[in-house]
Amino acid sequence: MAALESPQPGTPTAMRNAFGNVLSVLILVLIGVLAFSIRLFSVIKYESVIHEFDPYFNYRVTQFLSKNGIYEFWNWFDDRTWYPLGRVIGGTVYPGLTLTAGTIWWVLNSLNIPLSVETVCVFTAPVFSAFASWATYLLTKEVKGSGAGLAAAALLAMVPSYISRSVAGSYDNEAVAIFALIFTFYLYIKTLNTGSLFYATLNALAYFYMVCSWGGYTFIINLIPMHVLLCIVTGRYSPRLYIAYAPLVVLGTLLAALVPVVGFNAVLTSEHFASFLVFIIIHVVALVYYIKGILSPKMFKVAVTLVVSIGMVVCFIVVAILVALVASSPTGGWSGRSLSLLDPTYASKYIPIIASVSEHQPPTWPSYFMDINVLAFLVPAGIIACFSPLSDASSFVVLYIVMSVYFSGVMVRLMLVLAPAACIMSGIALSQAFDVFTGSIKYQLGASSNSTDDAEDNTSTNNAPKDDASAGKTDKGEEIVKERSSKKGKKKEREPADKPSVKSKIKKKALVLPLEASIVALLLLIMLGAFYVIHCVWAAAEAYSAPSIVLTSQSRDGLHVFDDFRESYAWLSHNTDVDDKVASWWDYGYQTTAMANRTVIVDNNTWNNTHIATVGTAMSSSEKAAWEIFNSLDVKYVLVVFGGLIGYPSDDINKFLWMVRIGGGVFPHIKEADYLRDGQYRIDSEATPTMLNCLMYKLSYYRFVKTDGKGYDRVRRTEIGKKNFKLTHFEEVFTSHHWMVRIYKLKPPRNRIRGRTKKLKSKTSSGLSSKSVKKNPWI
Amino acid sequence: MAARIWIFSVVVAVFLSISAFSSAQDLQIVNAERRIDLSSHIVKAFLTLKVENIGKDPAAEMLLAFPPTQIKNLAMVQALAITGKKKKKTYLPLDVKPTEQSDAPNDTGYYRVKFISPLGPGETVSLEVLYILTHSLEPFPVEITQSESQLVYYHDSAVILSPYHIKQQTTFVKTPTTRVESFTSIEPANRAGKEIKYGPYENRASYSYTPVIIHFENNSPFAVVEELVREIEISHWGSLQITENYRLTHGGARHKGVFSRVDYQSKRSVSGASSFNALLAVLPPRVNSVYYRDNIGNISTSHLRTGFRKSELEFEPRYPLFGGWSATFVIGYRVPLEDYLFEASDGRRYLNFTFGCPLVETIVNKLTLKVVLPEGSKDPSAVLPFTVNQELEVKYSYLDIVGRTVVVLQKDNVVPTHNVPFQVYYTFKPIYMLAEPFMLVSAFFLVFVASLAYVHIDLNIVRK
Repeated sequence: MAALESPQPGTPTAMRNAFGNVLSVLILVLIGVLAFSIRLFSVIKYESVIHEFDPYFNYRVTQFLSKNGIYEFWNWFDDRTWYPLGRVIGGTVYPGLTLTAGTIWWVLNSLNIPLSVETVCVFTAPVFSAFASWATYLLTKEVKGSGAGLAAAALLAMVPSYISRSVAGSYDNEAVAIFALIFTFYLYIKTLNTGSLFYATLNALAYFYMVCSWGGYTFIINLIPMHVLLCIVTGRYSPRLYIAYAPLVVLGTLLAALVPVVGFNAVLTSEHFASFLVFIIIHVVALVYYIKGILSPKMFKVAVTLVVSIGMVVCFIVVAILVALVASSPTGGWSGRSLSLLDPTYASKYIPIIASVSEHQPPTWPSYFMDINVLAFLVPAGIIACFSPLSDASSFVVLYIVMSVYFSGVMVRLMLVLAPAACIMSGIALSQAFDVFTGSIKYQLGASSNSTDDAEDNTSTNNAPKDDASAGKTDKGEEIVKERSSKKGKKKEREPADKPSVKSKIKKKALVLPLEASIVALLLLIMLGAFYVIHCVWAAAEAYSAPSIVLTSQSRDGLHVFDDFRESYAWLSHNTDVDDKVASWWDYGYQTTAMANRTVIVDNNTWNNTHIATVGTAMSSSEKAAWEIFNSLDVKYVLVVFGGLIGYPSDDINKFLWMVRIGGGVFPHIKEADYLRDGQYRIDSEATPTMLNCLMYKLSYYRFVKTDGKGYDRVRRTEIGKKNFKLTHFEEVFTSHHWMVRIYKLKPPRNRIRGRTKKLKSKTSSGLSSKSVKKNPWI
Repeated sequence: MAARIWIFSVVVAVFLSISAFSSAQDLQIVNAERRIDLSSHIVKAFLTLKVENIGKDPAAEMLLAFPPTQIKNLAMVQALAITGKKKKKTYLPLDVKPTEQSDAPNDTGYYRVKFISPLGPGETVSLEVLYILTHSLEPFPVEITQSESQLVYYHDSAVILSPYHIKQQTTFVKTPTTRVESFTSIEPANRAGKEIKYGPYENRASYSYTPVIIHFENNSPFAVVEELVREIEISHWGSLQITENYRLTHGGARHKGVFSRVDYQSKRSVSGASSFNALLAVLPPRVNSVYYRDNIGNISTSHLRTGFRKSELEFEPRYPLFGGWSATFVIGYRVPLEDYLFEASDGRRYLNFTFGCPLVETIVNKLTLKVVLPEGSKDPSAVLPFTVNQELEVKYSYLDIVGRTVVVLQKDNVVPTHNVPFQVYYTFKPIYMLAEPFMLVSAFFLVFVASLAYVHIDLNIVRK
């Protein structure tokens, strides 16, 4: 921003430029403040606390990092999870987020600002949202000038889709990754526009940061090659494109391989092949262009035929080798999540674990409206604006939006990738629309009073009509101001790609609308923006701020707080032995390790399907069989989440079918059909005996009937099927205040009678072992 | 159990055998009355003594003796001299110090009480002694289930252990309920309702000891704070920030087996009688910005009532505490500085604040009180009515450069009676208050100067 060449200070244009710059800096600062503060609803309405599941893991890792330092962190083998396997944390996490927060914490503490690790973690996401909106400004400015940039930045600062992942406390990879994603794209476009190797290097570094932060980096390493390919195919090859791409692939891949979790995947998995293929192609193309330059046309033709015939052969061999390599690996070298992106039905067919996560489901239409709101309508306009005129940069954002729309349609969590693209497009659309309307208002006004005005003066005299508009709506006023300052930046900055700007000037002259129509359209646009702002604030305040670890409900006698999760985690952490193992469904693994500091069997990092299936099998087995499985895993406590008393719908009974499916996927004696009555999942008196006798049912409803006399489940809205039963192998040791979390202890095995022990001993070698294999995979 | 009784009897035998030597004292106790209050887990004993000097020289002080089992649990001993008759009684606090005696039989512990004026031959004086014992109720059975009531043992002697001859003495023991499983009977002894009376016993020689055990029901909350760290941070900008880190346990009979929420919620009177889930903290008046949380976030079950003389914070731990269960939490609050910081006549400043633990009816096993003085303070000194361990630390807080001096006061076995004011004196120049604002201002100034310079410097090697 500041690095503007101001030719002659003192002249009116220079003054206006300077003023515009100061104004846009001011607006950017305000956008940053907006992005930060709109995400604080969660802290104000609830408390400064880490949200949900994954953030607790990240928080725990950050705590470890800040306590033990970076080297210990890389070598950290975590024995508190996936018991008895453990997990190598340093080699299996994307370290970007933790390192970022750890660095912030370290810097603050060395300045003697004693913020706790938790505070830093809570506020990392809002801070990086501000960064992300600034990065959006930079990116959009490269594409369509700073007016569009400011509009896009303001839209991104409050787009609900992004807010949902970055409210204060939502300490997840996406929090920093979206910034890294946008910034990488910005640097790519910047390099493309300037052809500067400096930016190309920065681009590789930004890509490195992205690789550190999130598995979504594969989106970048596929999107950029696609764009390069698009440019080549459409005849837009230039040395700038080469500089933008080649260093990125070389440096980027080298740097990516430095991240332990990626390592050799950066060259071995199919996700990365596109970039290498395009890397070869761009070199071929570069060579062709070079040869074309030094040879005469006739010679060139000969050379082409020669090279093409040899090239075909070589290509064929290379492709054959690649295909053979890829085909030799079972999944074709693709990871499960990526495959489910390419084939949306893949996960539900083969990997129930991926399918069981709600954020991996395809989104519904209302969720588009919820998450990007009016942007959904502005995007097409933005795409059109990008085609007039089409530059390298604008073709990139068009490609970006197209790809992200597809991905968001596959997985609801990838809506997050769509959001920046939608904001950029909408920013462009809004900016262009304001340009046209204010331009024609000004033209019409100018025509009536002073007909000698020409189009070039547009920028200078624009101010009058716009100020009217901005006076009306303060919210939207900001954006209008942005449009104004945009134009100067645009004229100055677009020198490398100056052709389009000339074209657009011509177009602007042609597009003159009637005065009234323009004014009405302007007002409508402002209303649209206002609607967006209202929706975003509502979404931030009401929909996305709940930490999910604390539930609240508004009743007649005031606010009611359900803090059962923390109640029981605190109980576990203070009243059980430090080395006790706690079994629960994997959803609560991260929270148990982070808040209760107890070893868990499975957690949210679902890397070992068999292990999860074992827990699923135990939960769906009868008490005795479950006890044996848990006992063989050294489990001392079993934790279940039960919402039947207060009506908390995402409890274990509702997730139970996934446990059956995942368990049954590995241990075939668990059959889903046994738990369903005529294909229906029910827990009332019609339920199947298998269902009524499985561990999950028993642990959830143990003595539940005593609360109201008939055992009415408020989630399933029915009376439970089996009411009075006793537990023989488990005992209740803790139930939280609202019964949401129930913890059971495995009873010690009963003393065996001497004679029986002997008998069993003789059997052990033959009969028992074969029998238990069926039931219990861990003996 | 048996072993302990055996030890006691040995102790008694030894006491009796050596009593001949120690009776060479010049003092004797004419009349002694002891009232032991066992209604909570803090045992309070009130001793009314009438002491007579039977020697030839004036006596300046007397000794109080405690058996070794009590001396380590003795939280506090206070003595008052009574002067004047019935209606016009006045109490004068006396100086009480722990002391060592070279001829102490069987590790008997002593406290020395100094009379106001030396007691002349033949004179008598009346004393009121209060001593407080912690961890002296031993749960038996050691583990109970949710539906059981908590029974405890109390060990003491039916006669008062004293290096002096006691002419006449009586001991009253008050139990919380009428349910007394058993008590050792030393004739004459009888029980009426909540009270057990031992005595009157006549003419017991010095160092007499007759162990008794009382087994009774006590369901009062055995709230024991294992460790409490209170940090009082003085900011001369107008407030005092207090942060209290608690590690609380239930010190009673350990909970065994099932915890059933159904029973706990529906049959509150019989289920978990000895458990507790509500605590009360007495905070200073004009308290503000109160928070109550633990290391995984805010705890929402608390109510604050602010009042003119004191504020009360009623709060619940995350879960009810049964025997042996523990919980950690932090309470923080802020009070206006002018209520607690004063200027002494010699120009020094002093903080006048309350020692001890704000929770009512709790024992603190280890209390660490840290007074963080503002940066630049010098010559700190603490004044307390009892002995504590003192040391100095340095703490770095927001943008500190030299660090803040921290006066650390550490005391074990603290009971609510220790909630008395203490003072910390220090010198401080108000100019230090401006150091941090000045730093910030100059940092911002430098940033702007740097950016100004950057904009105006042409860093290109080749002139364009």
